[in-house]
Amino acid sequence: MDQDVGKTAPGLPGLNSLGDPVVASALVWAGQWILQIGSLLRGLIAFTLIILGIVFTRWERASAVIHPMIRNEIRRAGIRLVPIVALIAFCLGFVVIGQAVALLSQVGAQQYTGTVMVTVVIRELGPLVTALLVLAWVGTGTVIELGNARTRGEIEALEALGIDPIHYLVVPRVIGQATAIFSLTVYLVLISLLSGYLFAFLQDVPLRPGQYLDQVMIALRWEDFVLLAFKSICFGGIIAVVTCYEGLARPLRQHEIAEATTRAVVRSLVACVLVDAFLLLYLLV
Amino acid sequence: MTAPPSPQPPPAAPLLEMIGVTVVASRNPAIIRIENLDWTIQPGEFWVVGGPPDSGKTDLLATAACLSRPMRGRHRLFGQDTRVVPTEQFLPDRLRVGVVFADGGRLLQQLTVTENLALPWCYHHNCSFDAAADRVRSLLAAHGLEFLAAQPCHRLGRPWRQRVALARALMLGPDLLFLDNPTGGLNPGQIDWWMDWLDRLHTGHAPPDHRPITLVVATDDLRPWCRPGRQFAILHQNRWRLLGNSDKLADCTELAVRELLGERS
Repeated sequence: MDQDVGKTAPGLPGLNSLGDPVVASALVWAGQWILQIGSLLRGLIAFTLIILGIVFTRWERASAVIHPMIRNEIRRAGIRLVPIVALIAFCLGFVVIGQAVALLSQVGAQQYTGTVMVTVVIRELGPLVTALLVLAWVGTGTVIELGNARTRGEIEALEALGIDPIHYLVVPRVIGQATAIFSLTVYLVLISLLSGYLFAFLQDVPLRPGQYLDQVMIALRWEDFVLLAFKSICFGGIIAVVTCYEGLARPLRQHEIAEATTRAVVRSLVACVLVDAFLLLYLLV
Repeated sequence: MTAPPSPQPPPAAPLLEMIGVTVVASRNPAIIRIENLDWTIQPGEFWVVGGPPDSGKTDLLATAACLSRPMRGRHRLFGQDTRVVPTEQFLPDRLRVGVVFADGGRLLQQLTVTENLALPWCYHHNCSFDAAADRVRSLLAAHGLEFLAAQPCHRLGRPWRQRVALARALMLGPDLLFLDNPTGGLNPGQIDWWMDWLDRLHTGHAPPDHRPITLVVATDDLRPWCRPGRQFAILHQNRWRLLGNSDKLADCTELAVRELLGERS
């Protein structure tokens, strides 16, 4: 008689009753993954609510210290990135118009050039590309700075001085990065529209500046302005919250900072794309 | 006719009371470091807590200073039960406690020495760094740190960082100051400076406030601290033991105490 019949896998009661070990291990993996996602979402939502609570209840507290830090963060995540954003925007306008003109000329529909620009750059690529730039340039730095501060015990030092670490370290970054991404997105969109027309002009597309502007204006709806602002601020908030969470919310050791940085980048990116997709679905439905 | 004897002033309320407290590790609250700890700190006392490395001194100070919560037991700071009073309401009393951490004082590395000192003052008084300049200058001068004022803290050597940490802890004028192994790794000359300076702080002869401060020092070497007028306790194998004054410390024959006094078994 097999003595093991009826026994359960250690820590996983009843899974052996599924018979196939491949199915059992797949279920274990899926279950663990769901638990991890749930735990991460719970942590991020709690962290976001704490930040919002502090922003709204302590806006005036220590404003002489915190407000200059917000301005500094806007400089760091916004003004310092204007040249690289301008370059990317210039190239983006070229790429989008180049592809659009090539396709639209084949069907004689150049009058939709402006519409394509509005759809691709303003509604989709503008906020996302800007968010990616800020994530790569500033978000990674945030995780490293906060992770190092955590490993050096600076967070406990702030608490010992009666300074709320979230108020001092996170709030300026969230507000600064959200403002910076919104402003940079506006610059990116404007420069892309201009460079797009420049490329069309160089390609001898029969399109006068007035016609191009008319096409853009006709394609634009009031929702586009709201959506652009909402998306860019939302992306800024997501990047700041996720990077601060990964750097600050749990104890880190020195060798874990690199892994935390990679995790923060991937999670920020996934969250931004998911929010983008969700908004698109919402608008389409 | 003799004047009636003046009534005795009521005994001062203790600054800190820990009764039946279980201290846990700050990094992992599931690990118990000290159990059944009873400790009362009266105003004007100078406590020295000895213990070998990794005996839980840092966790004890963190719990006493309200930086981490005890697993169980009663913890009262300035007469208030820290588990009951909301954090916001407790903040003014919380600021009466200063902490000097071990191993370089956990300074904010990206700030200069001046900014490290000015930050707590500016944060709690909602003022610019310029407004704190006088107090910062005074503390820098008192600690012999003027020549380092503009230096970023990551460039400082450990003895200087420890002094900056002390100056920063004094910025808010604490009544109770916890120091975690402040003389660890210092040479005898620097240790003498600390002993002299802490005596002045304790007796209220140190600028800028010239107010006596109650001190609690945790150390793994009791030798420099054996002076009259101090209270001693030790931590050994997760146990807390009150020893009393310096005479009782000198008379104690317990092996753990003799080792902390530098005597080899």
